Amino acid sequence: MKNSFLIRNPSTLWFLLALSLFTIGVTILSEAGLGIMSTSFVKTLGKTLCLCLIAVAMDVVWGYCGILSLGHFAFFGIGGYAVGMWLMYARTEGIVLEGFAAQTIPPTAQEITDAIGNQIFGVVGSSEFPMIWAFSDSLFMQLMLVVLVPGLLALLFGWLAFRSRVTGVYLSILTQAMTLALALYLFQNDSGLRGNNGLSGLQNIPGYENTPQSTISLAFFYASALAVALGYVLFAWITSGKMGSVIKAIRDNESRVRFLGYHVESYKLFVFTITAVVAAIAGALYYPQAGIINPAEIAPIASIYLAVWVAIGGRGRLYGAVIGAAFVSLLSSWFTGGGAPAIPLGFYTIQWTDWWLVLLGLSFVAVTLYAPKGIGGLFDYLVRKPS
Amino acid sequence: MSTLLEVDGVSVSFDGFRAINNLSIQIGEPELRAVIGPNGAGKTTFMDIITGKTKPDSGRVTWGDRNISLLGMSESEIAMEGIGRKFQKPTVFEDQTVRENLAMALRNPRGPFAVLFYKKTLEGAARIEEIAEEIGLSDSLTRKSGELSHGQKQWLEIGMLLAQDPRLLLVDEPAAGMTTAERELTTDLLKRAAKTRAVVVVEHDMEFVRRLDCKVTVLHEGSVLAEGSLDHVTADKTVIDVYLGRA
Repeated sequence: MKNSFLIRNPSTLWFLLALSLFTIGVTILSEAGLGIMSTSFVKTLGKTLCLCLIAVAMDVVWGYCGILSLGHFAFFGIGGYAVGMWLMYARTEGIVLEGFAAQTIPPTAQEITDAIGNQIFGVVGSSEFPMIWAFSDSLFMQLMLVVLVPGLLALLFGWLAFRSRVTGVYLSILTQAMTLALALYLFQNDSGLRGNNGLSGLQNIPGYENTPQSTISLAFFYASALAVALGYVLFAWITSGKMGSVIKAIRDNESRVRFLGYHVESYKLFVFTITAVVAAIAGALYYPQAGIINPAEIAPIASIYLAVWVAIGGRGRLYGAVIGAAFVSLLSSWFTGGGAPAIPLGFYTIQWTDWWLVLLGLSFVAVTLYAPKGIGGLFDYLVRKPS
Repeated sequence: MSTLLEVDGVSVSFDGFRAINNLSIQIGEPELRAVIGPNGAGKTTFMDIITGKTKPDSGRVTWGDRNISLLGMSESEIAMEGIGRKFQKPTVFEDQTVRENLAMALRNPRGPFAVLFYKKTLEGAARIEEIAEEIGLSDSLTRKSGELSHGQKQWLEIGMLLAQDPRLLLVDEPAAGMTTAERELTTDLLKRAAKTRAVVVVEHDMEFVRRLDCKVTVLHEGSVLAEGSLDHVTADKTVIDVYLGRA
């Protein structure tokens, strides 16, 4: 079954091949191999893979099912926070225990908890563990929360929105409101997640203190590549066959699908929720590589960028989303990171950190107007479709 | 012939305008019925009410052998009860092939998980071939339905209705924009379908209705003006006044 599915979808096989070659290439160039590529660049590539994964999810919900969600980065962020809580707790616990080790009288459990609480929440003037940190000492539980919290949030939000038949731009606004509300809530110091400080030091993996970052970064890079591969195959499977037919039909004419006897809301809810869960998994892999997460990551603009990546890469084809996310986010870090040389015009100097967004905006408009198929559309010239 | 659908005393208003006014119609099974009437007579609203798109202000719509009420059921539930609808404007999924369009309409479980794990069956494929034959699109199964001509799209949509295997087919202006030859094929198609199920055709074109050769219901200002054979209703004085006289 699996084999026949892959054979029927050669673009998936090509994608997996390209991803494998890319992974091997990075390994060879990294410090584990030739040492040409810096550890920080390996991290950038690993993070980019996570962005590709959320872009694929976005493509399924928007490009295939026609739901322009401008809130999927909320799920990405929740995934990051959920895994970040364990990373921060476990690492702080290690440091605290080390501090107590010098004392002659062994500390009580309460003293240890207080000390950890002080370390983590001192920055927001507190030392109490909020309720939501109840499972932070358990990696397993926090990993479960990576999936459960965004899954249930998407299920609840989607159920309310789709049941009331909110569609089109109104739904987009609702999803924006959802991510904005979440970001504003997290910005508060008493949200229990350290307000605007967010969670930091996430690149230090508890239990691997003596492992060099070059090795850790490569491990996360592999994990991200694996997640992209699995996510891609999952979504390629969902969007092919009859399921793909129905969700594309919902995108093109929702009420007609209803008269065919399909319960459109269930399908939308299914797609919205499963993409939210995958977005959260992408976030859980992204933030240990980024090292820090704060509420600004969940700001509405992040989800809008996501839509821009997918539009530029080419909606309605999964590899298009991957290309868009990789291309635009790498280009963005090149421009904003000072990689692009400033252009002196005599009377004015173009600083790309300021002008990159203008360039991105113009490209978005240009793609929408002149190349609605995006970069991925170029592949249509390479592959002639059998008629 | 037993009663399949009974619309009884149904009224609906939009912003004070009475689109349907105390309308009562009975459809038997099997039966071919034409519904005619001038613009604004409430023909499309009548279909909207039966298929669950519009909720009436008063009246009853009962269905089937157990006389269940269709009011309060969702569009998809009504469709699963066995009522298929073809819209005035051909609405097929243009981005997908003829085969995919028909496969989506085939009578199979409709839940997301059933569809996700759906496997193509030989019976399903045979049924698609059979319907394609019936609607004259056997050679076009792998074509994108967006490439079809206007008439072929209309047939594909009728084919999708047949694939649903409904007990009642509601067909809104099937002949609009068709050539004379296409119309004849469409008439035959509908007549054949009406041998085993109920088919209600809403139409403007009197010639087309004449060719259907069936009982005719004339709607005017949201209620039934006359009912009977085409010759009977066209001889009716009030019908001539409100409808034919203006044509």
